[in-house]
Amino acid sequence: MTSLPYFTFQIGGLAGQGIKSIGLMFSKIAVRSGYWTYNHNEYPSLIRGGHNVMHITVADQKITAGAMHTDFLVALNQETVNLHTPKMQSGSAVLYDTQGGIDTSPIPPGIDLFAVPTSSLAKASGGTELMENIVALGAAMALLSGNLEILNDLIKEEFADKDPGVTASNLKAAFAGYNFAKENFSSKIRISLTPKDQPETKIVVNANDTVGLASVAAGVQFVAIYPMTPVTGLLHTLAPLQEQFHFIYKQPEDEISAINMAIGASYAGARSMTATSGGGFCLMTESIGLAGMTETPLVIIEGMRAGPATGLPTWSEQSDLRLVLHGHGGEIPNIVLAAGDPEEAFHLTMEAFNLAEIYQTPVIVLIDKLICEDDQSYRPFNSGDYQINRGRLTTQKVDRYLRYQLSPDGISPRTFPGLDNYYLTNSDEHNELGYDDESAANRKSQMEKRMAKLATCTQNHLPAPQLFGPVDADLTIVSWGSNKGAILEALKSLPYVNYLHLTWISPFPTDAVSKTLAGAKKILNLETNFTGQMASLISEKTGIVLKNNLLKYDGRPLYPEEIIDYVKSQSL
Amino acid sequence: MTTATDLNTNCPMTFCPGCGNFGIWGALKNAAIQENWNNSNTVLVAGIGCHGHMVNFLRLNAFEGLHGRAIPVATGIKLVNHKLNVVVLTGDGDALAEGGNHFLHACRRNHDLTVLLHDNSIYGLTTGQTSPTSPDGFRSKSTPLGNPDHPLHPLSLAIAAGASFVARSFAGDILHLTETIIAATRHQGFSVVDILQPCITFNKEYTVDFYRQNIYHLDNNYNPSDKHAAFAKSLEWGPGQIPVGIIYQENRPSFESALPQLRDQPLIALEPSVKNISALYKKYQ
Repeated sequence: MTSLPYFTFQIGGLAGQGIKSIGLMFSKIAVRSGYWTYNHNEYPSLIRGGHNVMHITVADQKITAGAMHTDFLVALNQETVNLHTPKMQSGSAVLYDTQGGIDTSPIPPGIDLFAVPTSSLAKASGGTELMENIVALGAAMALLSGNLEILNDLIKEEFADKDPGVTASNLKAAFAGYNFAKENFSSKIRISLTPKDQPETKIVVNANDTVGLASVAAGVQFVAIYPMTPVTGLLHTLAPLQEQFHFIYKQPEDEISAINMAIGASYAGARSMTATSGGGFCLMTESIGLAGMTETPLVIIEGMRAGPATGLPTWSEQSDLRLVLHGHGGEIPNIVLAAGDPEEAFHLTMEAFNLAEIYQTPVIVLIDKLICEDDQSYRPFNSGDYQINRGRLTTQKVDRYLRYQLSPDGISPRTFPGLDNYYLTNSDEHNELGYDDESAANRKSQMEKRMAKLATCTQNHLPAPQLFGPVDADLTIVSWGSNKGAILEALKSLPYVNYLHLTWISPFPTDAVSKTLAGAKKILNLETNFTGQMASLISEKTGIVLKNNLLKYDGRPLYPEEIIDYVKSQSL
Repeated sequence: MTTATDLNTNCPMTFCPGCGNFGIWGALKNAAIQENWNNSNTVLVAGIGCHGHMVNFLRLNAFEGLHGRAIPVATGIKLVNHKLNVVVLTGDGDALAEGGNHFLHACRRNHDLTVLLHDNSIYGLTTGQTSPTSPDGFRSKSTPLGNPDHPLHPLSLAIAAGASFVARSFAGDILHLTETIIAATRHQGFSVVDILQPCITFNKEYTVDFYRQNIYHLDNNYNPSDKHAAFAKSLEWGPGQIPVGIIYQENRPSFESALPQLRDQPLIALEPSVKNISALYKKYQ
């Protein structure tokens, strides 16, 4: 198995031991010290108990995926030792709690062991056992030649709104761990977190952060989201910002209510969105048809997890592509975008708000769990010259107003209730004014009007997909979603391979994809689903059948190493 | 001011001759005229069922959505433009079967909405099946052996769930229904009017005569602010025992009145604008 030349840190323990927050702190320390990081977060659907792991890859340059191996493991429980040490290489290190009764016998020889009494140091610092993760982080700072001040700053920021005693005891715990390691361990770990000179400002974010930020930046006015992994973090991003940025977040009673509230708010004139995962999207489908039929702008974020039904709630999969494309009764001109990382999710979400209003139709932004919840380091995003485009909207009184006026591009004049323009908005087939009209001629003309929007969008907005790597390559990889990051890392080791990354699903960039694939010497399709949903869509749209498919459906990420090994082993 | 002709549309009437919807239609028009509802201040939201066709016969802005989903659509409208008078037209199947969850939660949130429940105890549009308010043993196309399900009391449900205005009226008494609709729309908070509506085509039990014989009006001695008494009253049903009038009313801040974002003006009074989010990045550094 190939191994990527990055330093990786992993911390594991019980759910409830604060593994995620400590991993995020480690990542921020690395970033503030001038490095780049990718955090992969694995956890089961439990509040306490169960196994939680945060794996952080640290690099000198920008990285887009995590590496598989672990160089330095912090084990707060036995399960972490059992699950993660057997594959560790000689020269790696394990820091563990001496008082947790941890049996180190499963750890292979050649691995440096650092025994730290994390729980007693935590208690001695005036905190609870829960603070042993901070003790461990302090000890790790010492072993990695990190700067304790950076950790201290993070602790002060993290607990700024809590009782001052909480900050004080956490600072004490961090120092206790740091000091213990300094006094007891003469050897250091060869890899280090030594701060670099003048590190640039970076942020550590996942798509639940960036989609929230993008929505705020794009002027969102109404949000209704029912909690569901992996998009729950999105409502956690948005809910605290509602007063400052003058929008409403409403927690609804279910996903059907979420989308109908968002439709009502949009109909009444607000930039509106909802978000869910596969199961919630299933509940929303009739209402997506309603938004299409009533020509109501709406942004829907779909964070995919491994289905079907409840599935693997906290693991990743790309198996909702066909669901979001077709999930509605009848036929509507829905726009579907798929982001490959938190930065793309930021820009596509902002664009989605404009597309929804320009085309008066639902716009779905598809992201997968790995994008929703894995943090990456970035330079702060620039929303650039983004301008709000509300499309063909009038807030004036219009003589003889026709809400569903026929037009060659499919777009009719939109307005809101309360502006003295009379019209009906109707889920029944309707005429230009909105009245029920089941005549064949009316049905035909309204159907053609609505569906014309996709052709208009293709002409006015559809970009060609991005091609990474050499234009003239021996192998072209086709993929989408979070695989982008792993593929871009793999490309660094595969100079003869390029990558066609698809972000527009509907309308589909048929011409550009046909051209690239028809000229490719060999093609490899990568997806994390069982049936190859993108391959079938490409085949449907272009007539090109993709015969080489690397499909993964165990809920785990597709790693760069796996791609490199697969390409080499198949002589592709 | 709104006049009767302002409310006319050119749509051909689709209600059965003698349908209770004519009484509701008349009362709605009366309320619209007396309260000056127009396309600058009012929006109707309907679900699917016979009631939903009403929007074609009133020249007022309306959103006719999906079966069972009128209330969340109305909620979204009210939240972003709370100056609008938002009136929900729904039915017993729409609000209590398909949309039961929305009905319950809207009651407890006390949104400033008015729900006019066209309660004919039958599925009329699908040609006669049992509904959540059909009586025990009721025979219909879906219950040829008699209804095995005990009926819901929509008003008990509304009171228990936290609605702050709960009333009942009769489609055959246009003046009383007009007064009740006006009182409901003037109420600040979630108001529910259960409108007893004969379905002359499919419901042979709850006929016009049945209601005329069994309805009685709550008098001035009745105190609608007593929640326990109101709950007991809402459960009354039987020969000569069907109360109409305001069953329950309390003063409780509406959801919208408690939102700081709506303190000064409706949310949509400010156009959406590009926001500078650079200060938010600090949290992620």
